[in-house]
Amino acid sequence: MRPTRLVPLVVLTVVAVLSGGLTGCGSGTDPDTLKVAYQRSTDNKVQIMDGWLAGIKKQFEREHPGRKLRLIPIQASLDDYYAKVQQMMRSPRTAPDVVHEDTFLINSDITSGYLRPLDDELAGWKDWNRFAATAKAAARGTDGRTYGVPDGTDTRGLWFNKEILARAGLPADWHPRTWDDVLDAARAVKRAVPGVIPLNVYSGKGAGEATSMQGFEMLLYGTGADPLYAPAEKKWVTGSRGFRDALAFVRTVYAEKLGPEPSDALDPKVTDRVVGEWLPEGRLAIALDGSWLGKFWQPNGSRPWPRWPQVMGRAAFPTQDGHAPGRVSLCGGWTWSISAKSGKPGLAWQLIETMQTPANATAWAVADGQIAVRDDVAADPAYRTALPGTDFFTELVQVSAYRPALPAYAQVSHAIQEATESVTTGDADPATAARRYDERLASIAGASGVTRR
Amino acid sequence: MTASRPRPLRWLPLAPATALALLFLAGPVGYCVYLAFTDTQLTGQATASFTGLANFRRAVADPAFRNAVLLTLVFTVLSALVGQNTLGLALAGLMRRASRPVRTVTGTLVVAAWVLPEIVAGFLMYTFFHRQGTLNAVLAWLHLPQQNWLFTLPILAVSFANVWRGTAFSMLVYSAALAGIPQEIDEAAEVDGARGLRRLWHITLPLIRRSIGTNLMLNTLQTLSVFGLIWAMTRGGPGNRSQTLPVFMYDQAFLKALIGYGTAVALLLLLVGAVFATAYVRLLREEV
Repeated sequence: MRPTRLVPLVVLTVVAVLSGGLTGCGSGTDPDTLKVAYQRSTDNKVQIMDGWLAGIKKQFEREHPGRKLRLIPIQASLDDYYAKVQQMMRSPRTAPDVVHEDTFLINSDITSGYLRPLDDELAGWKDWNRFAATAKAAARGTDGRTYGVPDGTDTRGLWFNKEILARAGLPADWHPRTWDDVLDAARAVKRAVPGVIPLNVYSGKGAGEATSMQGFEMLLYGTGADPLYAPAEKKWVTGSRGFRDALAFVRTVYAEKLGPEPSDALDPKVTDRVVGEWLPEGRLAIALDGSWLGKFWQPNGSRPWPRWPQVMGRAAFPTQDGHAPGRVSLCGGWTWSISAKSGKPGLAWQLIETMQTPANATAWAVADGQIAVRDDVAADPAYRTALPGTDFFTELVQVSAYRPALPAYAQVSHAIQEATESVTTGDADPATAARRYDERLASIAGASGVTRR
Repeated sequence: MTASRPRPLRWLPLAPATALALLFLAGPVGYCVYLAFTDTQLTGQATASFTGLANFRRAVADPAFRNAVLLTLVFTVLSALVGQNTLGLALAGLMRRASRPVRTVTGTLVVAAWVLPEIVAGFLMYTFFHRQGTLNAVLAWLHLPQQNWLFTLPILAVSFANVWRGTAFSMLVYSAALAGIPQEIDEAAEVDGARGLRRLWHITLPLIRRSIGTNLMLNTLQTLSVFGLIWAMTRGGPGNRSQTLPVFMYDQAFLKALIGYGTAVALLLLLVGAVFATAYVRLLREEV
């Protein structure tokens, strides 16, 4: 009968294991600690958000004695950051209280029930009136409620190296009127300045959302109204001429060797190389890229480049054949949101208010090269003189489109990246790639969710 | 009498282990199987619903999935069966005859590649095969043509990387197996005039048949699940030219947020592994 003495042992073991597991998870729900999740750049030299949040933490803990702020940096590429935060928000034990959300994904996360509507708090917050209407709309769900406070936006355009363009016979105030003007300039650079990459247009899955937004959609939105999604019919657009033309532009860039080597273009590190190597080293003439590039070249940036204000010029990206308004840009940006599973939404909102005092909002816009979404920040001299080109990119907000704020956008964006990748490698011609995109779209949105142009 | 009574009690010492296995192994596996039959998404979905076999039907009809299966087979046969296994056996055989210093140096080098964490090995191989990488520098120095395999033949590049990383394991297994062949048999074969290939084919291979089976099984299962190496080197690209099943699975589950479809693919990967495993178990059971 000796084995019966094992029973208590077994029970003890099981209890120990289970309670060990429970206490291990319990540490995350301390009522006085607020958790903030944000992306940290995979480039260790870029710690702009970390620096800004350190100041916020100090201020918040001083103004709220006894409360602690726990910063949770997630050092990952964008795609991995999204997946990680979504996984964290699935469980109340791991959910951060305050989370930095990309506007392109916010509707998808709202639909999943990860975020908390902020309408009650916003109604009693006087600063909310200072935000631009388009920015407020960026964080609004399909249910009409608002789920985040935008901390800035960004626009897109052409950055060009005036010295290289001069050698190709192009003026320092170069401003192309059509797609053909852009291609002709690239061809001129290719002829006149061998060894330099004439034009970079992000393409393929490696660059991720940069391919969709800085690359393909800058082209697509210059081909006509609502080229991606028809809001009146609430359907995604398939079979459009604009889509094929935009793919043909990408194909031309890579087939005529006006762009980087395809293997470099598809490399996941290409976005870092454009800003950290190719432009500062004078190896790239024209880049279709975001308004934020300048911040990396500032003395405190990851790749200081003292001469950049003299060398780099800016031009708006033209519509396909120059039709009105003649310029095209897309707006992105991030918001601060509160996780639906947060146990202390009141305190979390107080943190967002601290982040959004005019002084803190301005400090963030200046440090990160953001385009302001609040009129008080936009009017601040510190913001207006922060970076050369701030005025130029702020002005582009007027012609900027936001991406379709819909749950399916994230998947559509992946389909776009695959289409551009197949024309970049030459695996498919633009017509075939567009047809495959249409098929993917039908499987994402359902046959009733698409409309043919 | 002793047969029926103590049976539940005899299980008791195993109870903690059983409880742990149920909690941490059967639980997640069961959850994974359940997810595979739903349309769960990581984002963009209010509630998940049970969809039966829809995920599996979708996989079979998905050209990207079929491409991934094909590439997985190519990757496994090329790097595990042909590469690691054969090279490991050759190294083990040669090292038996090598002098002690040669043996030490070779052994250290090969095992070093194996000891490296997968992600480190991945980045090393990325810089080795990159267009401006080590391999091209060596080729240029030798006045040989340049390669750009990460772009033009990515499946070959990742296969080489996996051979480089995994050969040590096979070498260790075969070294032990060859050391276990009794001296008398070797001597008898030599007296009978069997040498070289004939001795390898008729004496050595049949004697280490069981080790071959075990080694093949472990190599294959390990290679089928290689993810970090490929992710670090190519991310499955360009296009989907090096997208093996684990990479495809990750892409669907975490980048496209289709957790349900991703787990269904994981189950199908399990099936591929089971097919290989059954084949090897058969091979092992057969008597000489």
